Amino acid sequence: MDWQFVFSQALTQAIGPTMLVYALGAIGLNLQFGYTGLLNFGQAAFAAMGAYGLALGVVAWGLPFWWAVVIGLGAACVMALLLGIPTLRLRADYLAIVTIAAAEIVRRLARATVWADTTGGSDGMRGFSEPFFALIPWDRESTWTLLFVSMDSGRLAVDFGIFELQYSYRDTWIMVVGWALVLFFTGIMALLIHSPWGRVLKGIREDEEAVRSLGKNVFAFKMQALVLGGIIGAVAGFLFALSRANVQPDTFTTDFTFYFYVVLILGGAARIFGPVLGAALFWFLYNILSQGLSQAIRADVIPPSVLDSTQVGPLVFLLLGLGMVLLLIFRPQGLIGNKKELLFDVR
Amino acid sequence: MLLSAALAGLLLCLGVSSNASAQEALGVHGTLDDQQEQPVAGVSITVTDTAGTEIATVTTGDDGTWAVPLETEGDYIVSLDESTLPEGLVVRNCKPQLEVHVTSDRAALFPLDTQTDGCTAEEAPGGGTPTDGASDDPTEATSEETEDEAADDAAADEVSEVQGEGGATRAVTLLVSGLHFGLMIALAAVGLSMVFGTTGLTNFAHGDLVTFGGVMALLFNVTLGLPVWVAAIAAVLLGAAFGWAQDWGLWSPLRRRGTGLVSMMIISIGVALLIRNATLFFIGGERLRYSDYVGQTPWDFGWLVVTPKEVVTGLIALAVCILVGVAMMYTRLGKATRAVADNPSLAASTGIDVNKVVRLVWTMGGALAAMSGVFLSISDGVKFDMGQHLLLLVFAAVVLGGLGTAFGAFVGAMLIGVFVQLSTLVVAPELKYVGALAVLIIIMLTRPQGILGRRERIG
Repeated sequence: MDWQFVFSQALTQAIGPTMLVYALGAIGLNLQFGYTGLLNFGQAAFAAMGAYGLALGVVAWGLPFWWAVVIGLGAACVMALLLGIPTLRLRADYLAIVTIAAAEIVRRLARATVWADTTGGSDGMRGFSEPFFALIPWDRESTWTLLFVSMDSGRLAVDFGIFELQYSYRDTWIMVVGWALVLFFTGIMALLIHSPWGRVLKGIREDEEAVRSLGKNVFAFKMQALVLGGIIGAVAGFLFALSRANVQPDTFTTDFTFYFYVVLILGGAARIFGPVLGAALFWFLYNILSQGLSQAIRADVIPPSVLDSTQVGPLVFLLLGLGMVLLLIFRPQGLIGNKKELLFDVR
Repeated sequence: MLLSAALAGLLLCLGVSSNASAQEALGVHGTLDDQQEQPVAGVSITVTDTAGTEIATVTTGDDGTWAVPLETEGDYIVSLDESTLPEGLVVRNCKPQLEVHVTSDRAALFPLDTQTDGCTAEEAPGGGTPTDGASDDPTEATSEETEDEAADDAAADEVSEVQGEGGATRAVTLLVSGLHFGLMIALAAVGLSMVFGTTGLTNFAHGDLVTFGGVMALLFNVTLGLPVWVAAIAAVLLGAAFGWAQDWGLWSPLRRRGTGLVSMMIISIGVALLIRNATLFFIGGERLRYSDYVGQTPWDFGWLVVTPKEVVTGLIALAVCILVGVAMMYTRLGKATRAVADNPSLAASTGIDVNKVVRLVWTMGGALAAMSGVFLSISDGVKFDMGQHLLLLVFAAVVLGGLGTAFGAFVGAMLIGVFVQLSTLVVAPELKYVGALAVLIIIMLTRPQGILGRRERIG
């Protein structure tokens, strides 16, 4: 059994493209759930809005890449308004039910055969990522070495001696853009949260009535948080679609939203760097478990009678669900969270 | 050495797959990878033209890629030989044959997974848009026994014939199946609503209690060989035990610790994920059926076509709902339950043991959900995510009736069930859930307290 391979893979993924998707989605969720106390259980739908906005814009309507990005962001805004207007005046759990239902509506509409000619039905869409990869500033043949980082004909390799991280030409570009976006939104979030606006959001989370009695328009603040968080969710959707070079409706299930929550709570809700840390740890754990188990089965360490390779997926998710339950019970603040900030309740 | 080769292979494959439409040449190509994005090698793929003449058969390489260069533009059929797939892998959307229109170098995508998404394997070759290919809902088949189930269910043919006739018969049949479906939702909804009423918890794992019932009956029926009705009773009892144990082991300690409701809600999602994946782990992703009542000949009354199993399960469900309602109205415990739902502190101060009542509600909720699961599985078979799909309809029912009220949940469930089935008269069956969920959102907009709820509940 090749532990070095398992570790290298898990480390590669822990800062790789998919982790960045989770980090971005969780940053949006952090604004909504961590700071404002809004239970958005439809973050997957916001990501789907971004991903499908981009794909439809480029493929179906033949728009330039940047216009398609604007469409994706606009779609997320519209969805946040549609969901927020009826529910933000109500208690928190109503928003939870409506967002979870809306996410399911979006997924079912995306995979409906009625307009499958445009959206591709359950097969999804592809062929929208070329303009994005055409932006790569270095060419395919570039080769250089800087200390332990090297680029070999467009592919990035980071050699730590024991572990070697390797990224393909396209993944490297996704990571450059993704990390830039993560740092950008983390910075924006830090500025926003320490502004008067951010303090009002925290106030809403702690005691809505008190904030209202100070003359603040609670509804408007909640709506702004929902829209902004949704837009960041759509950006996560862009990155998700581009990193896979396709969109498929069934990747945007409720489980996807739930992993954003795992990421957020693992890292620590209501903390600036919580989502980033959580995403790295979550995706590292996921990969080390699934890669480790797959390798163990391949190397006959685990006999096939105990566990066959098709059961690895369910087992890993079972363990993640269990881990989530235990985490929330015994360490609800996650890695770097503050327990006091998570005592808010449904009112 | 081996390691770097494997890594390079993996990266190469990823690179190629995202390169999909970069080349200029004419042909079809693609990359096969499994659900963990590992390349799948040695699968044979055949390209034929529309006349049926074979152009080429290729096998996927070690990096999972394959490519067939073509001479002329036009329509081609790409078929994947499923018998050459590694054991345990299937084409997720059951379309091993794709019809592609080639004008440049086109990618053909076969999503591989360990299970199908509930589609049927015998769709027309090249089946561009199967009429109901998108049905991954367990309940899809309640009335019209969609194409999904057609193969092994005699009832299905009968009913789909009726569908063809259309008109009044179909409407009546859909109405009856809607009532049946509504009763199934009601069984699950009463528990969900009462748990909410007594503890304030929106339990996102309630759908998986439904699955639990279906799976337990499967265990007793198929594994232990007991008749279905014995297995059903055992499953309901185990469902009650499961509900009791969940409250005893998880929710009641959490309430004692003073865990916030928001945390509990997220914990319930974790529990749902846990149960769902445990089910997937043990029974796999296939739709499994009980040993009896599978291909039942339906009663055809001319104006109504209904299977006996639907009538029997529907009547039992109705009786149980009435029984629960009467018990809530007239027994001591029922009154205590309603008192706790109304105002827990006040109930506690009048000497009602709130924790005991909550435990009872969980036990009853577990039993009713399990019963719903067994009855749904008798009609449609057991699948690991059946409860998850039902859950949103249960939410719609509970919100429509008014969160926290048992009678509201019942009324809401019947309305949702009938609405979902009757809506297929107008919209495509795959969109019927969308309608129900849209109703949920509209109700939130106009009357958030539901039909029987009271204004002050929503704050």
